[in-house]
Amino acid sequence: MQIFPFLVVAWIVAVGLYGLVTSRDLIHQIVCLIVVQSSTYVLLLGVGYVTGGIAPYFSDISAHTKPVVDPVVQALALTDVVVEAAVTALLLAFAIQAYKRFGTLDPHELAELKG
Amino acid sequence: MDQLYPLVIAVPLLTAAAMLAARPLLEKQRLVRDLVAVAASLSVVVMLAFLTYGTIGGDTVYWFGGFRPAGDVVIGIDFEAGPLSAGLACLGAVLMTASMIFAWKYFTQVGTYFHVLMLTFLAGLTGFCLTGDIFDLFVWFELMGVSAYGLTAYRPEERGPLQGALNFAITNSVGAYLSLSGIALIYGQTGALNMAQIGVAVAKHPADRLVVVAFLLVIAGLLIKSAIVPFHFWLADAHAVAPTPVCVLFSGVMVELGLYGIARVYWSVFGQSLGHRAAISHVFLVLGLLTAVTGALFCFRERHIKRMLAFSTISHAGMFLIGIALLTPLGLAGAAVYVIGHGLVKGALFLCTGIVLHRLGSVNEPWLHGRGRPLRVTGVVFTLAGLGLADLPPFATFLGKGWIEASAGAWLVPVLILCSSLAGGAVLRVAGGVFYGLGDPPLEDPRMAEAAAEETSETVGGKDRTPLTMIVPPMILVAAAVGAGLIGGLGRVVQAAAARFQDQSGYDATVLHGARITHPVALHAAGSTGVTALDVLAGLGSVLGALILAGLALYWRRLPVLRRWRPNPSVAAAARRFQSGVVNDYVTWVVIGIACLGGVFAFIIR
Repeated sequence: MQIFPFLVVAWIVAVGLYGLVTSRDLIHQIVCLIVVQSSTYVLLLGVGYVTGGIAPYFSDISAHTKPVVDPVVQALALTDVVVEAAVTALLLAFAIQAYKRFGTLDPHELAELKG
Repeated sequence: MDQLYPLVIAVPLLTAAAMLAARPLLEKQRLVRDLVAVAASLSVVVMLAFLTYGTIGGDTVYWFGGFRPAGDVVIGIDFEAGPLSAGLACLGAVLMTASMIFAWKYFTQVGTYFHVLMLTFLAGLTGFCLTGDIFDLFVWFELMGVSAYGLTAYRPEERGPLQGALNFAITNSVGAYLSLSGIALIYGQTGALNMAQIGVAVAKHPADRLVVVAFLLVIAGLLIKSAIVPFHFWLADAHAVAPTPVCVLFSGVMVELGLYGIARVYWSVFGQSLGHRAAISHVFLVLGLLTAVTGALFCFRERHIKRMLAFSTISHAGMFLIGIALLTPLGLAGAAVYVIGHGLVKGALFLCTGIVLHRLGSVNEPWLHGRGRPLRVTGVVFTLAGLGLADLPPFATFLGKGWIEASAGAWLVPVLILCSSLAGGAVLRVAGGVFYGLGDPPLEDPRMAEAAAEETSETVGGKDRTPLTMIVPPMILVAAAVGAGLIGGLGRVVQAAAARFQDQSGYDATVLHGARITHPVALHAAGSTGVTALDVLAGLGSVLGALILAGLALYWRRLPVLRRWRPNPSVAAAARRFQSGVVNDYVTWVVIGIACLGGVFAFIIR
């Protein structure tokens, strides 16, 4: 395993969290949340990567001729994508409702108006 | 027996899917729809009760599709049921059934989506409790989470629910992704996703930095879910705005599931490898104490009844964490029984609050002062539940907390009594003021009527009668909380289950080799689960404390010492700034909290 993908992961998490903390726009914040989640894809794929490995299709190769990358993490990443789609869709629906009803996407203004 | 494992997940999920498909028909047939949903939920209660009962003599494992492990290599996915895991899921199903029956007449316009989301939530919580696979733990966590976000914002036409749901969803999602990162790291280290197999693999070597980081990341998400200070901010916002029947589930079981997850990953995966039991115990004890005290103080000063109950939940989550952090069978058994008692009592309190909202159209305590007098039965149930929250014997809360105190030793007892007294006192203050008109009338505030009118669309206020389907569920919950405390032999069974839960080699043998462990090797000697005079005294002490605090809060203006005293506005402003409602601040606290926790772990585990 190389160190480089993990540095990328740490960077993506840091950028996403920075955006979540500083942003004053809900849509932007939701995108930042997606950025945080993207780090998990890189991490999962980085964990399962094998140097020189090929795609894990066993129809035309025998399992022992060449190393293959780990198919489990790819399945996990796929599940992760599904989860993200659900969460993001729901959050964006909330944000649209918030804008429609109250005309603002600023979390500070939303919090103040709540009282 | 084995067929029950897939059914507890399949029944709620398939019912939810079928209801969604048949939505155009069901919108007209409200009775059919409600009956189907309640029946599905009730069947899950029965199945989980059977499962729990069947595991009293030893935990059982079910492999989906019959993919049993070969040696130490696990290919399949398993459900592992013990009295603690299946019992917690059963509690969740009971609360789910109670709140669905309550919701029958409660909502003015309840769509089928409500039932669908409730049933997927139920499937999520059951799967979370039973799964033996750490990635599935994340998936069930997210299934439960997404249903919960949707339920919180069930009334999107108001500002509060949307804002609360956004805060809830964003903070919890950040936590879930951190957990997933931890899971990925530990998978990279061990090549395993089954918790028992990971546990065996990491225990072969002393914990290196990667294992510690993975542990930190996995529990970070669970700490956020279980609302431990400083990760607790989302909870009060979400509870204050979610529909009241949903609050029953959030407070009664969702927060506790986070703590269950922490206990599960500690004892099944990381415990043996991490070592340093005393130091880890101290870290979590400090977190628990901080949470218990902060929650109790915020609870006592809150005047919005749902928010107040939410802060009481935070305080209790801290006390459960203390029970777990003692790392003794008695402490864990105490936490388990305390969770049952608290869940039932808190469920009853929220349902009674729902009745108040239904009849009087507000949950604002000062405005409600004396207006609840016609609600006699509700008042009695609310008061009893409040006494249960203050650990009155023989409620199950008293039993559970007594064991935690017995296991903790003398230094913790006063703090625990103080926290229960504050939370119970706040509830009894509401009971006295609202239902019996006790205490001085609150100073009139022009904003009071406005605040009282903010919760109108959830249910139609101003009804003349309380429907039977709304008052019976809280009564049953309170009766169950007393009944659970009176079961003979409960202590022995729960403590044996707790010892099995803490026995990592036993868990490995059960999952990987199909062993049935009846007498685990307890790391700590089992404590006495009898009730001594001292326990009763402690329980009565916290009830007395609650009564005194409630009396003080109701009558403080008549006391010569306090007559000149006025609430300090700067304290209120500071508290409001602390609990700002801005999600940016909450994420900041999450980052700070995890950084501090990571620093402490780096210092103690080398």
